Amino acid sequence: MAKPLAAKVQEVFNEPGCDKNQAKSDKDRKKGCTKQLTPGAAAGGCAFDGAKIALQPITDAAHLVHGPIACEGNSWDNRGAFSSGPALYRTSFTTDINETDVIYGGEKRVFRACKEIFDKYNPPAIFVYQTCVTAMIGDDIEAVCKAVSGKLGKPVIPVNAPGFVGGKNLGNKLAGEALLDYVIGTIEPEFTTPYDLNIIGEYNLAGELWQIKPLLDHLGIRILSCISGDARYREVAWSHRARAAMMVCSKAMINIARKMEERYQIPFFEGSFYGISDVSDSLRQVARLLVQRGAPDDLFTRTEELIVHEEARAWKRLAPFKERLSGKRVLLITGGVKSWSVVSALQEVGLEIVGTSVKKSTKEDKERIKELMGDDAHMIDDMSPREMYKMLKDARADIMLSGGRSQFVALKAKMPWLDINQERHHAYAGYEGMVELVTEIDKALRNPVWEQVRKPAPWETTASGWEHLPTVDVDSAPAIKSILAAAA
Amino acid sequence: MATVAHSHKAATVNPLKMSQPIGAALAFMGLDKCMPVLHGSQGCTSFGLVLFVRHFREAIPLQTTAMNEVTTILGGLENIEQAIVNIVNRAHPEIIAIASTGLTETKGDDVEGSLKLIRQKHPELDDVALLYVSTPDFKNAFQDGWAKAVTKLIDEIVVPAVPASRAQINVLPGSHLTPADIEEIREIIAAFGMEAVVVPDLSGSLDGHIPDNWAGTTLGGTPLTAVRDLGHAVATLAIGRQMESAATVLAARTQVPSFVFDRLTGLEANDKFLACLSEVTGKPVPLKYRRQRSQLQDAMLDGHFFFGGKRIALGAEPDLLYALGMLLHEMGANIAAAVTTTTSPLLEQLPVAEVLIGDLEDLESRAQGCDLLVTHSHGRQAAERLKIPFFRAGLPCFDRLGAGHRLYVGYRGTRQLIFDVGNIFIEHMHHGHPDAWPLPEMPRYLPTTHHAPLEIA
Repeated sequence: MAKPLAAKVQEVFNEPGCDKNQAKSDKDRKKGCTKQLTPGAAAGGCAFDGAKIALQPITDAAHLVHGPIACEGNSWDNRGAFSSGPALYRTSFTTDINETDVIYGGEKRVFRACKEIFDKYNPPAIFVYQTCVTAMIGDDIEAVCKAVSGKLGKPVIPVNAPGFVGGKNLGNKLAGEALLDYVIGTIEPEFTTPYDLNIIGEYNLAGELWQIKPLLDHLGIRILSCISGDARYREVAWSHRARAAMMVCSKAMINIARKMEERYQIPFFEGSFYGISDVSDSLRQVARLLVQRGAPDDLFTRTEELIVHEEARAWKRLAPFKERLSGKRVLLITGGVKSWSVVSALQEVGLEIVGTSVKKSTKEDKERIKELMGDDAHMIDDMSPREMYKMLKDARADIMLSGGRSQFVALKAKMPWLDINQERHHAYAGYEGMVELVTEIDKALRNPVWEQVRKPAPWETTASGWEHLPTVDVDSAPAIKSILAAAA
Repeated sequence: MATVAHSHKAATVNPLKMSQPIGAALAFMGLDKCMPVLHGSQGCTSFGLVLFVRHFREAIPLQTTAMNEVTTILGGLENIEQAIVNIVNRAHPEIIAIASTGLTETKGDDVEGSLKLIRQKHPELDDVALLYVSTPDFKNAFQDGWAKAVTKLIDEIVVPAVPASRAQINVLPGSHLTPADIEEIREIIAAFGMEAVVVPDLSGSLDGHIPDNWAGTTLGGTPLTAVRDLGHAVATLAIGRQMESAATVLAARTQVPSFVFDRLTGLEANDKFLACLSEVTGKPVPLKYRRQRSQLQDAMLDGHFFFGGKRIALGAEPDLLYALGMLLHEMGANIAAAVTTTTSPLLEQLPVAEVLIGDLEDLESRAQGCDLLVTHSHGRQAAERLKIPFFRAGLPCFDRLGAGHRLYVGYRGTRQLIFDVGNIFIEHMHHGHPDAWPLPEMPRYLPTTHHAPLEIA
């Protein structure tokens, strides 16, 4: 059964599947992979946030947050992981502990809460999330979950990732540990096929899984389990019967992929569904692993046929944009896998990347960026909002792609912006997604509002340089440079 | 008279409530050149920040002391110190305002003591104001955190009595007022020849303007000097019962008379407000507002057809619940269900049998068969399941544009609220159809023989 939290954290820090980790000294490894946070200058979610992101897409389960109202009350229903059926994952459950619970302990409340949830909503399972306060007062959620489970005969899974142990990435991994310890391998699928695939680390944000699924369906490949986008509890529980696995989203869930390989001999590869060539590569890898595990090898030919057909279809739809977007400069503020997978995607349509953030990227991520952008890669380690604002206001980029957190940096500089993080409304995966992404970039750049909002009021007499720059026009990248040069 | 009941469930389902530290943080965002900080783990800040970004669609200055498990146990002094030094170096604020969280309150950090030590150690921080308010997450709710923050601000910053020397009126708005509401109150006061000093003033900081520069702190809001000089005013007007304690502290400190208005939505409520302003300033109510009053009367007449007898389920924090509930009642609607987040003396005064301190699951089960659901954006799933119309009110409102610009105070704002809600009723009006009015079950005459139609010669 589960190890104490401190041991668990050390275990996920010591990840043999991570080269960066293996290159560290023992002492450094103990410190973990999250950088020490700077008080007063920190941004980003906590471990609990990460754990919730990773598991909440399991759509038919109940997700119960054991803690004060802040952890769930301030944050629920704020992510766009879509479901093709059950909606219980969007119902919010929290023990909302009060002062008395802090003093006397909240374990009984967890027990009663689980009972209420089973009685009223009858989910196949409940995930119980630990938080800082309840961890501090010593509530043993593992013991409570075991007791409830025993008494009610239904799975109740403790997710021990209180916020203060680290950042989102660590929370993702601790959530993965909960699945490995309590869920995976507990149910058998009704049948198996040689084409059964696990997709690990894909959360179906904005429905992106549905941009991939038709491709796999066409090839006869069955997604046995997606961890955890649009998942049902039982699908995750029987994921140990897959023939192969694809790990999406960089290293967030590498522990699941690696341990499933260890325990159930399911080979995996790391791939991306962002960008045309990356999608094709991923499909080839899936075919390779499945054939290696015994699927008929005509899968190769069928895969190649699909790739040729779909790439051609995508390029045909992208062709009109290529001319318009060529030379437009993009500032990319994101993290991890997106720092390179989106780079290659954008370069494919002729966009120029003037900078990409590598704050959350691994060593391999950075290697990929270097490959893609050449030696003079504009890797940004840590850019303050003020610097981003200045870069945009000085028109050194035409558009910024980032998460919602920094959108106003761009908008207040009156520059186009596109959301590519978890709150986004558009799906950008697969061949379809690439067309969508480029369409959105084009829409943002061509919108007539930029010209209007940059114009000073007629009675404004003080000519301050920037406001009087012409609107960034589709073909004017060199022109901007000369204007800036003249202004300097 | 309503009885106030508490939900006794072990699991809160679909919370209506948000935590008090972020209520305090929002209050601090109404101060100019301020950096609000939550003393807790980074997640405490991150969740609050995302919530406000989605509601206001604005950049939100909010920092964290980034406590981890070790610093939590050993105490947060060093983290607070580092946070303050880093914020001063990076963002140059005039004031750093810290709210505690459940995490640091459970440990029992002595933040006041820490601030004293930090002051001694860092004389270079002497011209930065430091403020601390205790707001554990496991007690109270959002509006309590807001109220505590404003009370603490007044207690620490306002200088004692000075003679009323300026044409100034202080306004202490509750957390339920939008930037547009505050702007409206300021205009009303200006019409009496007075300058309103609003504490805190979200209409300066979160009203959605485009500044010429990027700053890490709040841009706009009440300047610290204006808070210090609240004693210059001729009167203090507090809006919402949550502001009563802040108004009391201010009155005791400065001798400026204070008046608490439970709401500024509704005809009579605004009559009282304007009458008070007229008395305090010695000026007649300006023509503009006499005309607006008449327009509101007309809107009430036009609207009452659609409100009469409607059953409404209402979920909001106490002050907003009271403002909306009373207006809907005054328009002829019945409050069929009322759910709120925390205690308030106003709850008993609502024209409803019971007010429940509970969650949106409670509201949903009580809203069966109602004509309208009114609550913040998290009510959207409930409204869908209930198949009844939904009116978004309160924070967060993350799935509509213009949350900060909704105006529901004053004669004008009340009129707008009547139109907005009335239009929903019009849109969902029940229309007759052939089977709409069946007779009760009874023997029915059925012709047994059929005659061929008469031939027409």
